[in-house]
Amino acid sequence: MASKITEQQVQHVAELAKLEFPKDELGQFTTQLGNIIDMFEDLQAVDTDGVEPMTSATDRVNVMREDKAVRSSKEEREAIFKNAPDADDGYIRVPAIIDESEDGE
Amino acid sequence: MNFQTTIGLEVHVELKTNSKIYSPSPVEYGDQPNENTNVIDWGYPGVLPTLNKGVVRDGIMAGLALHAQIAHHMHFDRKNYFYPDNPKAYQITQSDTPIAHDGWIEIDVDGKKKKIGIEEMHIEEDAGKNTHTSKYSYVDLNRQGTPLIEIVSKPDIASPEEAVAYLEALRQRIQFTGISDVKMEEGSMRVDTNISIRPVGSDKFGTKTEMKNINSFNYVRKALAYEEKRHQNLLMSGGHIAQETRRYDEPTGTTVAMRSKEGADDYRYFPEPDIPDLNVSDEWIQEIASEMPVMPGERRKHYVDDLGLTDYDAMVLTQTKEMSDFFEEAVKDGGDPKRLANYLMNDVNSYMNDNHVDLQDTKLTPANLAGMVKLIEDGTISSKMAKKVFKGIMNGEEPNAYAKEHGLVQLSDPAQLQPIVDDVLANNQQSIDDYKNGKNRAFGFLMGQIMKQTHGKANPQMVTQLLKKSLANI
Repeated sequence: MASKITEQQVQHVAELAKLEFPKDELGQFTTQLGNIIDMFEDLQAVDTDGVEPMTSATDRVNVMREDKAVRSSKEEREAIFKNAPDADDGYIRVPAIIDESEDGE
Repeated sequence: MNFQTTIGLEVHVELKTNSKIYSPSPVEYGDQPNENTNVIDWGYPGVLPTLNKGVVRDGIMAGLALHAQIAHHMHFDRKNYFYPDNPKAYQITQSDTPIAHDGWIEIDVDGKKKKIGIEEMHIEEDAGKNTHTSKYSYVDLNRQGTPLIEIVSKPDIASPEEAVAYLEALRQRIQFTGISDVKMEEGSMRVDTNISIRPVGSDKFGTKTEMKNINSFNYVRKALAYEEKRHQNLLMSGGHIAQETRRYDEPTGTTVAMRSKEGADDYRYFPEPDIPDLNVSDEWIQEIASEMPVMPGERRKHYVDDLGLTDYDAMVLTQTKEMSDFFEEAVKDGGDPKRLANYLMNDVNSYMNDNHVDLQDTKLTPANLAGMVKLIEDGTISSKMAKKVFKGIMNGEEPNAYAKEHGLVQLSDPAQLQPIVDDVLANNQQSIDDYKNGKNRAFGFLMGQIMKQTHGKANPQMVTQLLKKSLANI
């Protein structure tokens, strides 16, 4: 079966996932991802007429909490910050983002 | 060649729930950075978001306010993107099964009424905020997870004016449900626009351009008018329009192309595994419908048909639910509707503007405004005195007590006024003669004398009445 994915597509998906790898690995990944897609193609053989698409793997529905606010304690907030790359005056500090966002603040 | 314009609008509205949509962190503004965050907002591995029932309720309320169909079965979807304002690297939203669909609202442009369709409305989470310096960017996740509803119109809007009318009607209806402050200037209402043009009669839409986060109704009008013209000029000169996202540049009043964005496929949507499916019962929808406040359109009709106000009065009084509720409460308290309307639209509005406060932040109560209006109606105070009493009630004073305490009570009792009238007449024979000879100015002079004797407290209508009668009897 011909591969369902091109090197270009693999490159594009890698960019979306912010992944970088050497050029010579591109062919390898393309083959591997192609195989995975082929495997999914096999599933197409299953007759799913009249079967509702599944959107949840749990059989629980309507899991909601009441609209009550709970503020983190000081200790909890300090603990959260331990995994921040850097902090400054309550902010998470990161390298300057070249702003491509819509609001351009 | 003549063109017709097609505009579609996407509006994000921040809900004012107590807690966030998927985490129990508080929804509050102006707090210290990252104070209102927890492990869920930060997207720590292994955390489990749980849907806030209040957000679903508000979403249903908004859907009902927009005459939309409420979905009975829905799931959430994961929209993937990397940006440091959202550490999860995805937004939990509704892509396949929005909470509401196929609604409409009515707009009015220069007296012409038109229905604008609502394609769909879904609930989702807001992202955090970044501030940038040349060396670093600073991330505040307080806004991360704040509940949003996104309302997507049908491409039914035919001009920039209709777009603004739609936004005003939408803002008002949402404001009246009480689920959001819907203030553009504070970011609790944000507008994205899509515009295309095509030759009149063509059944194929032209290429559209998008503009994001335009931050006032006025800029929406200007930006769309600019784009409309730009599209026309391009097509007329044989050019073609690129499908792109543009930005409205306020200082120059023009639009400029931005970097092309990720396509819908690039977001790699899939059903959100952390939030189980949601079923909404008819009973719940009915319950929420029963809590729906009366919408501005119905209120305006009531004000004009039953309370005798003008269309303009009704429009001004229904700008916010707070103003409208206040007015209705004051009418219930027995104030004359027209007089109440005038006070709210003029004196109270000026007070709010001068002091930069909302009505609910003043000390004025409906009962006190109605009380003052009643004092004017029954002649207890003059309109001049009312100016002073107004200052009192704006400070939370009770109008009756305030007027008495400050000697702001008109003299209206004929038994007290008649002796003064008699006295003035006895001392001004010349004026009586002048009046009898048809000099109307003499009447004014006599009135003035009486007002002077009563230090301006006499009720002018009563004095006029008594003076006319007395003169006739001479």
